[in-house]
Amino acid sequence: MSIIVNGSATPLPPDPRVSLLDLLREHLKLTGTKKGCNQGACGACTVLLDGERVVSCLTLAVQAEGRAVTTVEGLAQSDKLHPLQQAFIDRDGFQCGYCTPGQICSAIGMAAELERGVPSHVTGDLTAGTIAASREELAERMSGNLCRCGAHNGIIDAIAATFISKEAAQPYRPDGPEMAA
Amino acid sequence: MTPFQYSRATSAAEAVQSAGLEAAKYLGGGTNLVDLMRETIERPAVLVDVTGLSANIDEREGGLLIGAAVRNTALAEHRVVRERYPVLARAILAGASAQIRNMATVGGNILQRTRCAYFYDDEGSRCNKRTPGQGCDALDGFNRMHAILGTSPACVATHPSDMCVALAALDATVHLEGRQGRRTLALTDLHRLPGDHPEIETVLEPGELITAVELPPLTMASTYRKVRDRASYAFALVSVAAALRVEDGAVKAVRLALGGVAHKPWRAWKAEAALKDGPVTAEAFRAAAEAELADAAPLRDNAFKIELAKRTMVSVLGELAGEAA
Amino acid sequence: MNILEQAGEAAKGAAQGVLKKAIELAPDSWLPGGRPDPLIHHQHGHVGKPMSRIDGPLKVKGAARFSAEFPLVGMTYAAVAFSTIAKGRIATLDIKAAAEAPGVVLVMTHLNAPPMKPTPLFMTHSKAAGGDNLAVMQDDRIHWNGQPVAVVLAETQEQADHAKSLIRVEYEAEPATTSLAAAKAQGTGPGQFMGEPLKLEIGDAEARLVEAPHKISATYRTPRQNHNAIEPHAAMLVWNGEELRVHDSSQGVAHTAWSLAKIFDIDEKQVNVTSPYVGGGFGSKCLWQHQVLGAAAAKLAARPVRIALSREGVFRVVGGRSLTEQHVAIGAQPDGRFTSIIHTGVTVMTRHNAFPEPFIVATRSGYAADNFKLDVEVAYIDMVANTFMRAPGEAVGTFGLECAIDELAEELGMDPIELRIRNEPEKDPTEGTPFSSRHIVEAYRAGAERFGWSQRTAPGMRREGEWLVGMGCATGTYPYYRMPGGAARITLTRDGRATVAVAAHEMGMGTATVNMSIAAERLGLPLDHVSIEYGDSTLPGVILAGGSQQTASIGASVIAAQRVLVTELLKLAGNDSPLAGLGADQVGGYDAGLAKLDEPERHESYASILSRAGRDEVVAQASAPPPLELQHWSMHSYSAIFCEVRVNAVTGETRVSRVLGSFDCGRILNPKTAASQFRGGIIMGLGLALMEETEFDERNGRIMNASLADYHVPVHLDVPPIEVIWTDIPDPHTPMGAHGVGEIGITGTGAAVANAVYNATGKRIRDLPLTLDKLM
Ligand SMILES: Cc1cc2nc3c(=O)[nH]c(=O)nc-3n(C[C@H](O)[C@H](O)[C@H](O)COP(=O)(O)OP(=O)(O)OC[C@H]3O[C@@H](n4cnc5c(N)ncnc54)[C@H](O)[C@@H]3O)c2cc1C
Ligand code: SF4
Ligand code: FES
Ligand code: FES
Repeated sequence: MSIIVNGSATPLPPDPRVSLLDLLREHLKLTGTKKGCNQGACGACTVLLDGERVVSCLTLAVQAEGRAVTTVEGLAQSDKLHPLQQAFIDRDGFQCGYCTPGQICSAIGMAAELERGVPSHVTGDLTAGTIAASREELAERMSGNLCRCGAHNGIIDAIAATFISKEAAQPYRPDGPEMAA
Repeated sequence: MTPFQYSRATSAAEAVQSAGLEAAKYLGGGTNLVDLMRETIERPAVLVDVTGLSANIDEREGGLLIGAAVRNTALAEHRVVRERYPVLARAILAGASAQIRNMATVGGNILQRTRCAYFYDDEGSRCNKRTPGQGCDALDGFNRMHAILGTSPACVATHPSDMCVALAALDATVHLEGRQGRRTLALTDLHRLPGDHPEIETVLEPGELITAVELPPLTMASTYRKVRDRASYAFALVSVAAALRVEDGAVKAVRLALGGVAHKPWRAWKAEAALKDGPVTAEAFRAAAEAELADAAPLRDNAFKIELAKRTMVSVLGELAGEAA
Repeated sequence: MNILEQAGEAAKGAAQGVLKKAIELAPDSWLPGGRPDPLIHHQHGHVGKPMSRIDGPLKVKGAARFSAEFPLVGMTYAAVAFSTIAKGRIATLDIKAAAEAPGVVLVMTHLNAPPMKPTPLFMTHSKAAGGDNLAVMQDDRIHWNGQPVAVVLAETQEQADHAKSLIRVEYEAEPATTSLAAAKAQGTGPGQFMGEPLKLEIGDAEARLVEAPHKISATYRTPRQNHNAIEPHAAMLVWNGEELRVHDSSQGVAHTAWSLAKIFDIDEKQVNVTSPYVGGGFGSKCLWQHQVLGAAAAKLAARPVRIALSREGVFRVVGGRSLTEQHVAIGAQPDGRFTSIIHTGVTVMTRHNAFPEPFIVATRSGYAADNFKLDVEVAYIDMVANTFMRAPGEAVGTFGLECAIDELAEELGMDPIELRIRNEPEKDPTEGTPFSSRHIVEAYRAGAERFGWSQRTAPGMRREGEWLVGMGCATGTYPYYRMPGGAARITLTRDGRATVAVAAHEMGMGTATVNMSIAAERLGLPLDHVSIEYGDSTLPGVILAGGSQQTASIGASVIAAQRVLVTELLKLAGNDSPLAGLGADQVGGYDAGLAKLDEPERHESYASILSRAGRDEVVAQASAPPPLELQHWSMHSYSAIFCEVRVNAVTGETRVSRVLGSFDCGRILNPKTAASQFRGGIIMGLGLALMEETEFDERNGRIMNASLADYHVPVHLDVPPIEVIWTDIPDPHTPMGAHGVGEIGITGTGAAVANAVYNATGKRIRDLPLTLDKLM
């Protein structure tokens, strides 16, 4: 009768109404996972459940019994940030930072889906063995994570630079054309 | 959320037994039910989690038998679905977000409820579906997202699923298990039109469980097109599931279904009849679309859907015809 | 009272008339900007270099704590019930079942709420923070559909939410005004903004329009919108005796503290509001009923309270941007020169607030013309008080104005950029003041070149499969503001470290980061020797994170505090220092100490000054001078927005495929975070253009899409790569040479998209958002 959260077994809440999100935030004080809508409509609460990205606000904690949950707090290895976390800083993939944990967890789940060959709404050839991770593919796959600050470009760049290749991201050159007219 | 008891079923029989109560509900991924419970629109006393039941996808007689607990992502990524039923893969992938598709089950997707905003507004709006006889605030309110076909003065809501539109076009059957035993139903017969009782959305008996969905073989090119208000993560204004086989310059076989236009996934029988054995031309496609939408009734905000549905049908058929040619 | 004091007082109350008088008499020397900020000329320091956010590591780890994330011992969770009628009174209130539900600690309604004074309405006092001026839960009156009618406190959120659902309220409804037509029929009144009428007539614009050989006259409509920051509003409140402690999500901590003190009739010092991180604000994170209700309930229950609004709750309790109906008419000579500019129309607001969406403000200084008629009329509706939302006025006003210019260019057969350049004013066309720094033409030229504007075809001429492709552009503009009340404290310690404390806010703009680098440079310290304290109402200053003015306000405050610091240090340095005999204006921070500005060898380190004086630290605090630069010059940020759209000829779906923003916003202090601000504004502009609309049911005044599933904001797939470039020309009349960068991006974007859609399809849509039904 427990859930494994970032590697540690955690008892189930006594009240089955408690969502996985509230279990994390209120019971375990793991407030890194955010609540933007509590309705499945923003993605801020995205966590990895047995490695797959889900919205924790619409997951009852009891549904996660016996399963492994990874939250944003479980990504960094001791002092070292996950490469994607570092890329978010390097590419300025956030402003207020409220959607950020959800974006990061979602992107990690997404990378595994891409690797597995899961197609998306914008995939041209459904039968292709490998899917070219174009910018459009990444954007479609990340569309379940809203960002109101408008950090979208930086987010996709951070993801592309981490999981695809440095070249897949837009150039970010402090002295480049973007930086001075 | 109203308090409830939670249990997990390990077999269909056990599930049906545990759900003996009127106030019991099956729980799939929870992406619709938990949301509605939080809004106190659904108030089950017992939740029977059926995600532990069959999540297999088996090839059977050239078709597929899909367990009701199969997650939407798993179905869309299945090799056979991608190769032989692209319309289904595309419909699923056009719905919701990756996170929600990872959670949502086949059974739950089929039985998800309308997204009508007045239905969701438990405190502030009247809705016959929520409270029979109360009246329908959508009739003269915001109804841009609402139905144009098969509506009634009692309710003009749409069924929001994308997957079901593909299933309707694919002649899918639904396997059911209830206290009276097992039965199968054509998916197109499962959902009801609102009539005088919009609160009754399907022909399921109380406590009846969806155990599987079966797809017959498909030997046509197929695809799905969804038109919506933003590029992704939005419900359909109109969607079209289509399958087409052209032989000797004529339509040999065709299946068409529409989403976003009715209280149920709308199989376009009239359009199919108009197309069958006819020419593969834009004019013929248009005529078929006109036939299907001849009875469409616009509301205050959604008249555009009539033309949109027609144009989208023509465009999708054109695309498939081009592929077939 | 001397002129200075008078000006200061006047500025506080935003009584612009007095301020104007003061300026005429004022000597230039004490005008901020009379002498350019020396920092402008530093070219090799921290300022102007791209710098990653200092709060980045915390945010990517999920370790930054937002308002709802401070656990308090004994905390209760709140749930709020909202009214379902727009006007009338509560007839019966059945709370029995709720009060008896498991875990319930308190049910608060108007029958038991503690006495509270009306909320101080924004702009009625320099520290007022309220969205409306109503007293909260003091009687049975209902003023809008969605007004809080009860608050439940319980031991868990689940229990509170459930108990709330058991409350039954019956109302006695009264006739309400909930439709635009009904509101207009009742007559409109003149709009006022920042103490000035939103009305201006110069010459005879109507007559000149009639005579003009070329003209455009059209009506443009923009709908209600909501901010929808991804973090919903939330606060944690606890009373310690008569002292109120609040963790809030706030863009005005000092304002909120003062206003709460007024409401609870206690001293300002008894309220402490902190807000270290804000999950997006855009104008919405000020004082609304939830903080007041949370404080009242905490008082009544004698328990700490967490009140976190649901997403629906945010729509019900927090106002958004109001709708506008704008009439724009421009008369032009055959060479394109404008003779007459008319921009008039209606917006709606409530009787309880003072914020008519000021959609004409950009038109006041946009283009040269001799005849102007500008007028915002207000109609009154029973609804939640509307408020500022990112670039209030300009975001929607530029939609009308910049579409009209595009239409006129078409009529004249002229390139729309050329038409704009031809009407570039030499000085502010309505105020007559000189521009402090305006390089919009340069921005257009650079942008057009990079974007490939010359590839633009005639309307409806480019088609790729089902997709029609078009290009459009528009000018964006947003004023430079610096609100009165800025103050800062610098604490310098003997080990050569400084802490700058200022009651400012970090909502994602990069405020903390950029101000750390500015302070380091001003003080001549390495970055890691400077820290910034902010987001706390007990810190100096009354600084609003709004109007894109925070950085200017902090900048001016730090300049003032530094001057005090330098004066004090020179005193401490005494006659044995290489600095002996120098005045505060002759020295600056350099190499961890002070040096003579034009003779840097005359230098003494902070450590040396302090140890010689036997001091561990020096603390200097000062207020920024009143923002008189605003009276002297016409000051604005500018942009030229270019966009390429693809419109599906079959379905009418519009996708924006390319955007370039070319900005003229003074000196760019941190290119990295500024670029993000520009992009963020543009993306919100794409939402405004294509999809955003708050659905207000005109039958009963209820918002019907109070969720993020139904209120659409752009998703990743809606957002193309956005290129941003800038002139980087410092404004000599502002601190650091900078202008605001937070709001400019959204301005002009709506029109750029609409103009591109016209170029793609030949269809002119004057009604936002540009949904596909309008394009089929
Ligand atoms: C923000 C958002 C956006 C969305 N966008 C889309 C979209 O664009 N397109 C789209 O198609 N969908 C969309 N959805 C809906 C989503 O697809 C459904 O919520 C999901 O498919 C439901 O599946 P579930 O397993 O989670 O169902 P649940 O929520 O678990 O259950 C739904 C219903 O089915 C019943 N049920 C579940 N399993 C069975 C069974 N085996 N037998 C009998 N009854 C059963 C439940 O009792 C309940 O009444 C969206 C949802 C959200 C939250
Ligand atoms: S359309 Fe149907 S679901 Fe919507 S309010 Fe009317 S009755 Fe209810
Ligand atoms: S909080 Fe879960 S999707 Fe928004
Ligand atoms: S960074 Fe603020 S919402 Fe994404």
